[in-house]
Amino acid sequence: MKYVLLFVDTEQFHADLEALTPDDRARAFALVDEWMAEHRQVIRGGSKLQDRHTATTVRLDGPEPIVTDGPFVEGKEVVSGYLEVEVADLDEALAMARTWPGCPVVEIRPLES
Amino acid sequence: MSPGDAHDELARVVREHAGRLAAALVRLIGDFSTAEDLVQDAVVAALERWPVDGIPDRPDAWLFTVARRRGLDVLRREARYREKLARVRWPVPPEPDERLRLVFTCCHPALPRPAQVALTLRVVCGLTTAQVGRAFLVPEATVAQRITRAKRKIADAGIPYRLPSDADLGDRVGEVLTVVYLMLNEGYLSSGGEVASQRLVDDAAWLAALLHELLPDEPEVAGLLALIRLHRARQGGRFSADGGLVLLADQDRSRWDHVAIADAVALLTRAARRQRPGPYQLQAAIVACHAEAARWEDTDWEQIVLLYDLLLTVAPSPVTRLHRAVALRYVAGPSAALRSLDELGDQLDRYHLLHATRAGLLRDLGRPDEARAADERALRLTSNPAEQAILHERLRWT
Repeated sequence: MKYVLLFVDTEQFHADLEALTPDDRARAFALVDEWMAEHRQVIRGGSKLQDRHTATTVRLDGPEPIVTDGPFVEGKEVVSGYLEVEVADLDEALAMARTWPGCPVVEIRPLES
Repeated sequence: MSPGDAHDELARVVREHAGRLAAALVRLIGDFSTAEDLVQDAVVAALERWPVDGIPDRPDAWLFTVARRRGLDVLRREARYREKLARVRWPVPPEPDERLRLVFTCCHPALPRPAQVALTLRVVCGLTTAQVGRAFLVPEATVAQRITRAKRKIADAGIPYRLPSDADLGDRVGEVLTVVYLMLNEGYLSSGGEVASQRLVDDAAWLAALLHELLPDEPEVAGLLALIRLHRARQGGRFSADGGLVLLADQDRSRWDHVAIADAVALLTRAARRQRPGPYQLQAAIVACHAEAARWEDTDWEQIVLLYDLLLTVAPSPVTRLHRAVALRYVAGPSAALRSLDELGDQLDRYHLLHATRAGLLRDLGRPDEARAADERALRLTSNPAEQAILHERLRWT
């Protein structure tokens, strides 16, 4: 089955990352690289997204499309990246998410076949 | 056979066969939701027919035949399932861990807790949706909706029908045990009708025994089974002739089942040899201390306080601290107990047992006015009729 892992950042995570020394930050990124290498076989695509300040939202549920600055949910949590993976079932996707060394929240969604 | 016995017998037979049939059908037709619907239809048919016709000699074959016929009937548009079903013949050769797979799917952590409980009771224990609703005082439509949503998620999100990997096994067993423990709690504290509650405790006991048979190396499974058996063994002393709840100190211990208590303690001792303590083994050990005391005065309170301390290190909880304070009263006196209780005031202010316990301690300390106020507060916070009766009684006499 194909799933998308949606990675979600929090303000706290962002602040913690900023506060790290360059060395520690490099180590944190290295962990993510290792994780990616480990799961190379099942990753079909995906990317990190640019920062939330770059987001633009278009709302189409009114009489006219409305364009606003910022992500679609106003909140402390914001989608920061995604990966498309192909694994046998939800347990395998869960096992990947459990060991993810980056941001603090991961949502797992199956793709429509 | 009395109507009550006939009822128990019916429940027992359904419980023994429904889960097996569900497991076999999931394997044979490869679709959890469809298989489960067929079994539920067969169970509903059995509950209608068996009280009239008697329980058939081969209940499993009966349930299978009804489920299969029903499947061939309703699956007209889903040729792939229908063809698979058409090829199946009785008897279906079982596979060893099938029901375990079923339990792990029903208690998958990606499902919300109430759905895990409803699904497990329906799929593994063979309860009808209406019976699940009665046991939890939830409208049948709500239970039905929870089950429909859960089954849709199992299919759409790719929740597997297989045993968890070794790395996940511990967590996943924990998830299953939580579901069984909830059944015990709900049945034991009986917010539902009496028959439905007893049935829930029976289901919890049966499920724990099944898990123990299938996962003999998991000490926490044995611990939970021992805990349930220790509670059931003392069931005879918990209620007075007029149905009122009797406090532990006042229970007639000759009405406890001492053989069952000894068996449960032996089970717990074997589990403890694995040296992997956990919350269920520790809770069972605490209940065992009470169950093994010949009289209330013989209770080994020091051991109980020690066990609570261990329990608090593996599973910290304000309610456990409350129970520890109760035990502490008999080791260090009412002042010490009251002090440790008052540390919990902020967290448990809305919990009736905090106030009922405070009332008891204040009375021991010769502060009756404060005790009355605490009892009255407890009374306002509980909706359980048996507990209300005890508090009323105490307010009347003290």
